[in-house]
Amino acid sequence: MTKRRAELAHAAVFVVPAVVLVAVFIVYPALETLRLSFFDADDNFVGLQNFVQVLASDDTLNLDRFPNTYPAWGSLIHNAVWILIHLPVTVLLGIVLATLLHNLRGGAAIKGIIFLGVVIPMIVGGVLIRFMFDSGAGIVPNFLEAIGFEGVVTRSWTAYPQTSLMALILGSILLWTGFSLTMHSSGLSTIPKELYEAADVDGAGTLVEFFRITIPMLAPVTTVVIAMTLLWEIKIFDIVYAATRGGPGGSSMVLSLQMYNYAFRALEQNLAATVGVLLAVFTGLVGIWLMRRNAKEVNG
Amino acid sequence: MTTRFLNEHGRRRLQRVGQYVVSYGFTAIWLIPFIGLVATSVSPFREVIRGWWNVDLSNLSLENYFGAWNHTSAPISDGVVNSLIVTFPATIVPIVLGSMAAYGFLRYRFPARNTLFFIMVLLLAIPQYTIAVPLFQMLSDMNLINTFLGLIIMHSAWGAPWVILFMRGYFSTLPKEVEESAQIDGAGPLSVFFKVVVPMSWPGMASVFALQFTWVWNDFFFALITIYDHDMMLATQRIPLMRGEFQVDWGVLTAAAILTTIVPLVVYMTLQKYYVKGFIGFASK
Repeated sequence: MTKRRAELAHAAVFVVPAVVLVAVFIVYPALETLRLSFFDADDNFVGLQNFVQVLASDDTLNLDRFPNTYPAWGSLIHNAVWILIHLPVTVLLGIVLATLLHNLRGGAAIKGIIFLGVVIPMIVGGVLIRFMFDSGAGIVPNFLEAIGFEGVVTRSWTAYPQTSLMALILGSILLWTGFSLTMHSSGLSTIPKELYEAADVDGAGTLVEFFRITIPMLAPVTTVVIAMTLLWEIKIFDIVYAATRGGPGGSSMVLSLQMYNYAFRALEQNLAATVGVLLAVFTGLVGIWLMRRNAKEVNG
Repeated sequence: MTTRFLNEHGRRRLQRVGQYVVSYGFTAIWLIPFIGLVATSVSPFREVIRGWWNVDLSNLSLENYFGAWNHTSAPISDGVVNSLIVTFPATIVPIVLGSMAAYGFLRYRFPARNTLFFIMVLLLAIPQYTIAVPLFQMLSDMNLINTFLGLIIMHSAWGAPWVILFMRGYFSTLPKEVEESAQIDGAGPLSVFFKVVVPMSWPGMASVFALQFTWVWNDFFFALITIYDHDMMLATQRIPLMRGEFQVDWGVLTAAAILTTIVPLVVYMTLQKYYVKGFIGFASK
């Protein structure tokens, strides 16, 4: 009994400080956000009214404009479009580049350069995007003009609603591909060489080996990359803040920045909390999906 | 059936050449924006607005770096100092508390252990934005808005769950016998942890340090909602303030961006092995 009590006391010394810190500064605010999303500014319970208001707002879903004309389409659609383009491109580019750079002279240095996008502060990433797409100093509009394009793509992309969202999405591909590449590279090094040697003996070509060996063997890594990339896309904030602040005219607004504007500009705490809950629901779904996939892989 | 105009050897060779061409092509796509950033930061304003590919190489100077460092409204020098003041404690505190908790979760049995640990895992999925509104309110009630202490506490709490998860995994790979023999020699649990377990865990600690340090340094959102006083703003907060009123001064802005990036870059380059290990370990947990 005393031994058991001593063990509990020791466990408390180790565990309690961190648990208290997390409980007070993360768990409590998270639960309070959940509560706020069901109450109005005068603290009356309003059920799902905040959610209805947020989802019915043009800030979130603007179905008059989507898909008939250029953005603003609403933050939820912007995040969805972001995922639709950014997720497949970064995941596939990561796999292809990892395969290309595997055992290539200078491959490690190239991986290091591409991984820079993950290392630099995202706020700097936003500056880089604005810079790349600037009409005067930026390479993209000037290059497009030089090869004969005209109109909006030759101006500053971040300054026009037709192009601002696309500039951010394309720029974020540049920033994030290093993550997918690094993860898949380390996955490649765990694939047994014998598999490829056996395929060579059978006369399989490089492409066949890529689709029949590399991609299936990388699947567990790809699952993790997809989950982490989805989380990154849902939480995207800094680069939007630095490059466009969600503009012009809300054309590149995303959920996280909408939450910030509600909370710290419009001072609508309950609506901000509602967007915060929506964000947690989306990231939570990704988390659950990842855990179920991992459990499946462990159980076969 | 197949008409091969190349023999096996020739085909391999061609494939190898193709691999190089495609690889270096992609590398160029990634390199050009970064080269542009650096080229712009060392060029005079009047040349930059015509595009950095037009700059006159004889006019290069570090003028923009001095401009950003001593900027009149948002000097990066103060930002770098403030970021360092926040980042070191906000890296050390969660590593110490989180590692201790990780060890506690691994080695001791206590009520609700698995539930508590599961909550820590769940918290990894929560975005910063979900806790922002009440957190701001709490910090303001505690008079911690506009203080580095408030920001350090936020980062420490935010970093703790993933440190716990990562270090628990790391500790579980250590041999238990060493700890047991130290216990037999009469060492208490805390001294076993700090004198036996921690010294065996430097590689894991280095991974956690590299990631938490870069995360705190690179963070913008927590700083944005905590620090409002211009003199106290961190490096990342100063960059959005640097856009000129009518025309962007790209030279100064890119210099400021590079100055802010140097610290995480040095951490990444010196701890590269641990950094990537941490990323992989963290992501696959």
